[in-house]
Amino acid sequence: MTTLAAPPTSLSKDEILRYSRHLIMPEVGMEGQLKLKNASVLLVGTGGLGAPLGLYLAAAGIGRIGLVDFDVVDFTNLQRQVIHGTKDVGRKKLDSAADKMADINPHVQIEKHEVALTSDNALDIIKNYDLVIDGTDNFPTRYLVNDACVLLKKPNVYGSIFRFEGQSTIFAYPGGPCYRCLYPEPPPPGLVPSCAEGGVLGILPGMIGLMQATEAVKLILGIGEPLVGRLVLYDALAMRFRELKLRRNPECPACGDHPTVTKLIDYQQFCGVPGHEAPPTPVAASGDIDPIEVKQKLDRGDKFTFIDVREPHEYQICKIPGTKLIPLGELPKRLNELDKNSEIIAHCKSGVRSGKAVALLTENGFPYARNMKGGILAWSDKVDPSVPKY
Amino acid sequence: MAKVLIPTPLRQFAAQKDSVEVGGGTAGEVLNALTAQFPDLKKNLFTDEGKLRSFVNVYVNDEDIRYLKKDATPVAAGDTVSIVPSIAGGL
Repeated sequence: MTTLAAPPTSLSKDEILRYSRHLIMPEVGMEGQLKLKNASVLLVGTGGLGAPLGLYLAAAGIGRIGLVDFDVVDFTNLQRQVIHGTKDVGRKKLDSAADKMADINPHVQIEKHEVALTSDNALDIIKNYDLVIDGTDNFPTRYLVNDACVLLKKPNVYGSIFRFEGQSTIFAYPGGPCYRCLYPEPPPPGLVPSCAEGGVLGILPGMIGLMQATEAVKLILGIGEPLVGRLVLYDALAMRFRELKLRRNPECPACGDHPTVTKLIDYQQFCGVPGHEAPPTPVAASGDIDPIEVKQKLDRGDKFTFIDVREPHEYQICKIPGTKLIPLGELPKRLNELDKNSEIIAHCKSGVRSGKAVALLTENGFPYARNMKGGILAWSDKVDPSVPKY
Repeated sequence: MAKVLIPTPLRQFAAQKDSVEVGGGTAGEVLNALTAQFPDLKKNLFTDEGKLRSFVNVYVNDEDIRYLKKDATPVAAGDTVSIVPSIAGGL
């Protein structure tokens, strides 16, 4: 049967009914709907951006959709990752997303890639799709997806979000710029907070993800003006869209006239992620203290200053009694409130910011500063389960 | 005076403001005026050598100053200067 591999040239009666609102528009029509059916799209990430993308691209009738994810649904995802439901908590995101998409449209072929995209597998996975949609959440994967798309000449529909702001554009479109033209280098680790650290308005990835979905469908249909060479910035608080010009850089190491990135590199190292070439974090292990030990000290009535270096709005969510709130950003100006000769124990949400606080205190002549390991999350696990986790 | 738009991640270093009016005839002068007003912004925008960090883009109106005259890009009264840092969030 040679027809198995041949692209479909017609729609079934069920599909004609399903896609009726597309078919009656001349810009899509039967020809366009068949383009969608014959198209393949790779969604990298099925989280905030991937959720609306998966739902709408399945509904639109994209013939084959690949999903890349290795994560499991948890409660903190549900505020924005609308492809997953409360009943899916604990399931693989791939399974949860694929089930939902198959329910929306059983005509879509869904391919699950349960891996972290790496330099070893990216080209093999991406080469099987017409275009890529980047819905990841970290710089190493962003640069990896970019370089792989440039090398394979696959358009990369980009979107990223932070708190109330989002960015979107198309990279690696023939003649257009790539991610490295926009940002030649990543920020050093820790300088730009992630959504897990900085928070994100739950609706925001819906807006940006659907801008990406729109651009993907337009690229496949070959209609309208693609978002190439333009970076759209969206500010939810102002409800304002702005557009900046984006140019292909002839000197770009990936897509320039004389590219030097001719194969995939070590992106963790490129982005200076600790554990590779970067220097170790300044947190001294000897300065760490376990929450249980802190509780024992409190119970014994030991004299020490217990500081919380989180932000005031986090302090409102939950706090440990007896702590003094000094947000990390204010600490340099508030050192005079602390006693250099007494023991100071710092905590935050998970121990990262308080690690920085202890490093800062140590540098400024506070020899008895210690970091409570695992932050208030660990306190909730080990000492007082009535403290809510967030 | 030009209007400088401060992106969300940098507002904590600029008294939480989303935009600031500052004087200056070039992009470099505008940024200097801005960091004079908000010294904490300086290390987030510039390297120790005083070079604009490569993950921070600056636009005069809708044009990237890297493709114009960089620091010397003229800024007229009423122009908008946007600071657009790299963000990676998606989950």
